[in-house]
Amino acid sequence: MIPILRKLGRDLPAMLGLGIVLVVLVIAILGPLLAPYPEDAAAAHLLRRLKPPSAAFPFGTDNLGRDIFSRVILGARGALSIALTVVSTAMAIGVPLGLIAGYRGGWLSETIMRVTDVVLAIPQLVLALALAQLMSPSIESAMLALSLTYWPFFTRIVYAETRRLSASLFVDALRGIGASTPRIVFLHILPNAISPVIVRATIGLGFTILVAAVLGFLGMGATPPAPDWGLAIAESRTYLPRAWWYATFPGLAILITVMGFNLLGDGLRDIVDPRLRRSR
Amino acid sequence: MMPVLSVRGLKVSIHTDDGLASILDDVGLELERGRILGVVGESGCGKSTLIRAVMGILPKGASVDGGEIWFEGENLLAFSEAELNTGVRSSRIGFIPQDPLLALNPVFKVGTQLLEVMRWHAPDDGSRGNARRARHVARLVSLLRRMQVPDPEQALESYPHQFSGGQRQRLLIAAALACAPGLVIADEPTTALDVTTQHQILLLLRELVAEFGISLLFVTHDFGVVAELCDDLCVIYAGQTVETGTVRSILDAPAHPYTRALLACHPDRATSFLGIPGTVPSPFARPSGCLFAPRCLDVRPLCLSARPPQGRSSSGAEVRCVQYA
Amino acid sequence: MTPEPILALRDVSVQLGGRKGLLRRTVPPVRAVSGVSLELQEGEILSLVGESGCGKTTLGRTILGLQRESAGEILLDGASVGGLPSDAARRARRTIQYVHQDAAAALDAWWSIGRTLAEGLLIHGVRDAGERRDRVVAMLSAVGLDPASARRYPQEFSGGQLRRVALARILLLQPRVLILDEPTSGLDMSVQATVLNLLLDLRERFSLTYLFISHDLSVVERLSDRVAIMYLGRIVEAGPAKELFADPSHPYTRTLLAAAPRLSGRRASGQSLVRGDPPSHATALPGCAFFDRCPIGEPACQASMPPLEPIASAHDVACFRAAPSGAAASVHHRATTARSAASSDIVSPLRISSAKPSLGTITVRQ
Repeated sequence: MIPILRKLGRDLPAMLGLGIVLVVLVIAILGPLLAPYPEDAAAAHLLRRLKPPSAAFPFGTDNLGRDIFSRVILGARGALSIALTVVSTAMAIGVPLGLIAGYRGGWLSETIMRVTDVVLAIPQLVLALALAQLMSPSIESAMLALSLTYWPFFTRIVYAETRRLSASLFVDALRGIGASTPRIVFLHILPNAISPVIVRATIGLGFTILVAAVLGFLGMGATPPAPDWGLAIAESRTYLPRAWWYATFPGLAILITVMGFNLLGDGLRDIVDPRLRRSR
Repeated sequence: MMPVLSVRGLKVSIHTDDGLASILDDVGLELERGRILGVVGESGCGKSTLIRAVMGILPKGASVDGGEIWFEGENLLAFSEAELNTGVRSSRIGFIPQDPLLALNPVFKVGTQLLEVMRWHAPDDGSRGNARRARHVARLVSLLRRMQVPDPEQALESYPHQFSGGQRQRLLIAAALACAPGLVIADEPTTALDVTTQHQILLLLRELVAEFGISLLFVTHDFGVVAELCDDLCVIYAGQTVETGTVRSILDAPAHPYTRALLACHPDRATSFLGIPGTVPSPFARPSGCLFAPRCLDVRPLCLSARPPQGRSSSGAEVRCVQYA
Repeated sequence: MTPEPILALRDVSVQLGGRKGLLRRTVPPVRAVSGVSLELQEGEILSLVGESGCGKTTLGRTILGLQRESAGEILLDGASVGGLPSDAARRARRTIQYVHQDAAAALDAWWSIGRTLAEGLLIHGVRDAGERRDRVVAMLSAVGLDPASARRYPQEFSGGQLRRVALARILLLQPRVLILDEPTSGLDMSVQATVLNLLLDLRERFSLTYLFISHDLSVVERLSDRVAIMYLGRIVEAGPAKELFADPSHPYTRTLLAAAPRLSGRRASGQSLVRGDPPSHATALPGCAFFDRCPIGEPACQASMPPLEPIASAHDVACFRAAPSGAAASVHHRATTARSAASSDIVSPLRISSAKPSLGTITVRQ
């Protein structure tokens, strides 16, 4: 772990990404404590509608007079929890499937991998929209749709790694000393295969935040009055271009968060990728 | 007679994350025309850095801190990168790599790859365009036939994976000789090969040296191969030449304590497998005295304080040890 | 009467690969090992020698049980342990262990050495963590490593140290037979010497029997009690090491011995000993597999496979032209020599003229 962090320390963009991710994480955890007007998650103040940025309201106010700064801060928790739920659900489905398909071989492996290919071919947004229509739009339907479309990425990565690792000498040596299959798969292959999974998950977090925002924007995700970044941009459309701050600050929040996860993921990939391991 | 290659007091160090590593610390050797010089040392002694220094392909962060490299009367260290590229590497110094599979690009035909080298590096004979290419093809075909590659014309049209390890090594020997160099450097070219194939390649190299009048610098860790192939021998320890002389004189009567200890480890000669106690000094902290002193069985007080001078053994080898000063 | 061998192979054959497919192409299996019989006496070192692709590693894995034999019998202490799927085979043969050639790749880089060593004990039923720790520490010192190295990771060790780690890991399982796959390849000579020394020392201390797989004839000659030479999945010659090195009988053995680079130096001959490259299994023919490269082959060799037959006590050779020892043999040898056309070339395989097409005609201008 220490050498990974040290290598990451030399990679400026990755450090920037890590910084952003940590800040977003802190904001998400402490949200209501940091926001100047935590009650603005739901309240409406019709007297101060659409005020431009000022000392009292750094990001201005929205059409219901709510402090946008507070709502951006409060929105971090929602965005992150959607992302974490989706990615961990996808991992929980994808990683075991990849392990089984990679280590077992035979018809089971073939079946799993063909199903994976089929699911991979479905566009994420389209399935999410269809599910939202089917189940009535909500955060839950968005999360379900995203999880159901994201797991194949993990299956493919873990499958490839497991195939490579189970042909490797150390697995052969373990079989030689009589290690059982669960021991080999879970204690040896899984830890060795986990680095690219973490990379993919990091990038996946950013990606999911973006897609969740798109769903919110389309009205298929978060429902008002939730302080959702995508929803805020959708609501702001009516007041553009006059209330420019209404769309700009939630948009920047999405941009910076997604960029942070991507920079961190790219940095991690450079460290983990064996082809790049020699170059510093 | 002027030696083809003469390296004197070569010092190379590399800047790493952990500090300055002294890789070569006074390496000297001479290779006469038409001879085969074996360079022997254990891993990490600086063999490959020596090759890279001579060919001018030191890795990033490495610098030559002292010494000279004379090749056919010219100081290679004074050459620019462009001069080395167009006028020395491949055209006047050929190279045979250790792993023939890594040295060939799997997606191109063998002929394409060898002709590309000749296109840039073959000596100018006045011909141009297709005529020049045809001459190159003819030369490659005759070279491959000499290397005992069956059906050379077909071989040029084949891909690297279609050859066995031994045949691939023959292709690369042909590539090294294609531009008629005066010096060929071989980096452990037979370690990946089977015994009988290795034997064939060694015999082939001997014949080629005599036929083409080239000089061969043969880097290896295997004394058996040296005994089989080489005329002269240069033993390197921790970036220093410790003993140079003819193969017979050194194998029959090794003078330097390191050479003696190393030969005593060879299964053909060992009385008991004791190895050499201790480890090679770290390139980051080389001792001030003799580099082998901490492991030497004959160590004297003088050895620990100052670098030993060059001496001469009774069999005529140059030895870096106070016993022969 | 020799005592019962600790391990015996009777006519073992192994087929590799092969696939019958509905959706995919059917691939015929490759016969990697054909009809190998071997006996390993308790405490001896038997070397299995051959070039890459001769089946020596496959044979090692088959003895271990990781590869299933397609025919033949494997006896451990006289009891059959053959014909089992790999899990059952490993259980029945837990007193046989295998030490990989590439010690670094055989270790999980994510696990510390101590944890890796203790894992073997755990698998073999040592439940008490304290006992595991004690035995790991004791074994690390036994192979000449600092017990503190238990906390370190494989990347922190040198090649020689990793071989010691690999040996410690296997020896903790209290094996009786060790299959050592090229245990010194890739090591520097001074390190190789210490590893060989350790192997000899451990054999004494733990009363081990070694099956030593190697292509380094210098090491084999020094270390082995007996040697078996493999060519294309078959044993072509087997006998006591001293005898085999002093008086090799099979033309392939002679070729191999003559080709090995030795300190004694350059041989009088400047000519190739053997034509061509080691063949692949795809080219296997009904007759002797070595025929197309053999300097003394005759038509009979192409018609049928020469069986492995004794020419002296405990010395077997699979060659129609091999000279049995003794007076009758030398007469026979002279007779066969006279019969073949190329006379003097045959006597010493060192001077067999190899096919060098048109050597003199090609001169490349410098």
